[in-house]
Amino acid sequence: MTTIAIPPGMPQHDDVPRYDVAAVRADFPILDREVNGHPLVYLDSANTSHKPRQVLDALAGHYAQHNANVSRSVHTLGTEATEAYEGARAKVAAFVNAPSVDEVVFTKNSTEAINIVAYAFSNASLRSDADPRLQLGPGDEIVISEMEHHSNIVPWQLLAERTGATLRWFPVTDNGRLDESGLTDLVNERTKIVSLVHMSNILGTVNATARITARVREVGALLLLDCSQSVPHMPIDVVDLGADFIVFTGHKMCGPTGIGVLWGRSELLAAMPPVFGGGSMIETVSMGGSTYAAPPARFEAGTPPIAEAVALGAAVDYLTGIGMRAIQWHEKQLTAYALDVLGAVPGLRIFGPKVPVGRGGTISFALGDVHPHDVGQVLDALGVQVRVGHHCARPVCTRFGVPATTRASFYLYTTTEEIDALVAGLEQVRKVFA
Amino acid sequence: MQLESLYQEIILDHYKHPHGRGLRAAADPADRVGEAHHVNPTCGDEITVRVATDGGTLHDVSYDGMGCSISQASASVLHELLTGRDAMEAFEVHEAFVALLSGRGQVTPDEDVLGDGVAFEGVARYPARVKCALLPWMAFKDAAARAGVGASPTEVKA
Repeated sequence: MTTIAIPPGMPQHDDVPRYDVAAVRADFPILDREVNGHPLVYLDSANTSHKPRQVLDALAGHYAQHNANVSRSVHTLGTEATEAYEGARAKVAAFVNAPSVDEVVFTKNSTEAINIVAYAFSNASLRSDADPRLQLGPGDEIVISEMEHHSNIVPWQLLAERTGATLRWFPVTDNGRLDESGLTDLVNERTKIVSLVHMSNILGTVNATARITARVREVGALLLLDCSQSVPHMPIDVVDLGADFIVFTGHKMCGPTGIGVLWGRSELLAAMPPVFGGGSMIETVSMGGSTYAAPPARFEAGTPPIAEAVALGAAVDYLTGIGMRAIQWHEKQLTAYALDVLGAVPGLRIFGPKVPVGRGGTISFALGDVHPHDVGQVLDALGVQVRVGHHCARPVCTRFGVPATTRASFYLYTTTEEIDALVAGLEQVRKVFA
Repeated sequence: MQLESLYQEIILDHYKHPHGRGLRAAADPADRVGEAHHVNPTCGDEITVRVATDGGTLHDVSYDGMGCSISQASASVLHELLTGRDAMEAFEVHEAFVALLSGRGQVTPDEDVLGDGVAFEGVARYPARVKCALLPWMAFKDAAARAGVGASPTEVKA
């Protein structure tokens, strides 16, 4: 068995950040419950993560103590709510090392964040005075990849339909890596935006973006990275990544649902026309027309998800307290272990990288000919919660010739015992469908 | 284990040894043929059902598809129950099957009407799997309508 654990006593032991997983688990009330008479084994964190008590308390505490609308009240509660909401923005900005707090736009989720960018392009394309970097038309190209989540496919297909631009795709290799061999042809002087997943939600692949970023700069295009699966699991530094936009979502990083983030470089956000119109996003409104607020308010029309943002701030505090480097290392160990033990299950085929390098703790597989729905159902009867289906990434399933896969995904609270429970459950699946 | 109420022997048997699988041309060239392809967008399961009929009798209900044990076994049962049946009778069986699956486990199936279809009683208690079981039956309804028998697809109350 491969092991990447460094034994205590070795000089390198102290170089690896660690935390007490049992203590972390005690923070998550749901991990105490049973499912179908078995202890819960939750292996679906790529779908949504659980929430620690600290986040639940922040959510309830906001409503219990500080509830008021933001950015419009002179009263005390309104001031407190506004401070909490803007405080959460500052925490999120620091979490991804954003150069300015105003570069963080709160959205509903990653999907909405990507759509805001796509519609800003669309709106800019209709205005002759808009920034030419945001204007698209026939002959221009948008580049995505075969390993995208539907949320990073459909908005661009719709944008291409509206503007007449062409959508092009990076292929995926047999090992589930991004195929960059055609980079110079794919990203060229006609390319306006490259929108790429940072970590695949189905293959687990973490894309190395440096060469792509360099090429995007060379041709003067823009780069959006879908970090929905990476921000929750590893340290992310937007300056280091060198992208123009990143998107991520709160509920996959111990935060609540209904809150996501669009990070964009200041000058780009400033150049973008608004997408949603309404309260909060304006400067002045008259019957003859309106002028718009500066980012991030320009993109946050209407009453935002205030309590959710505050709770996301608490999630960021929680993750920072444990340390993203330590979480990343914990998941790397889990992934190495899981790839090993799953690889030993007869008839099991892994889709995506089979080594714990350049990948995260999300593993998709097939078990012989047994349909993933059936795999998931038998595992559920044993308390093991995995995702089955196409994972909103049908092009990947098509690429590997399967209608669906079974996916186990890990997080900071996952243990090797839970991976053992998965393997034992798969043995049960084999018995039922032998 | 409660799982046994879902994966009854009859279902597993139809899954492992499907009856009448494969799309067939009509044996009688005078027959009208209707076909429908249905997918379950949440899981990617798909099925094609073809109905050959003279307007009175369903001469053949053939199918092909890929999906989970529940959807594939359901297609096998569909074929077995409806092939050779009078069209009106077939729709009564269809209605009974849909009622069983929409019944959240509260409907007692009639074996005289549903035959092996009674094995799907347990599926009705798993809301996430009801669509799997109904997939071939909804495709059948469309295919039959295209062959000139029956009406528009049944509303599913799930």
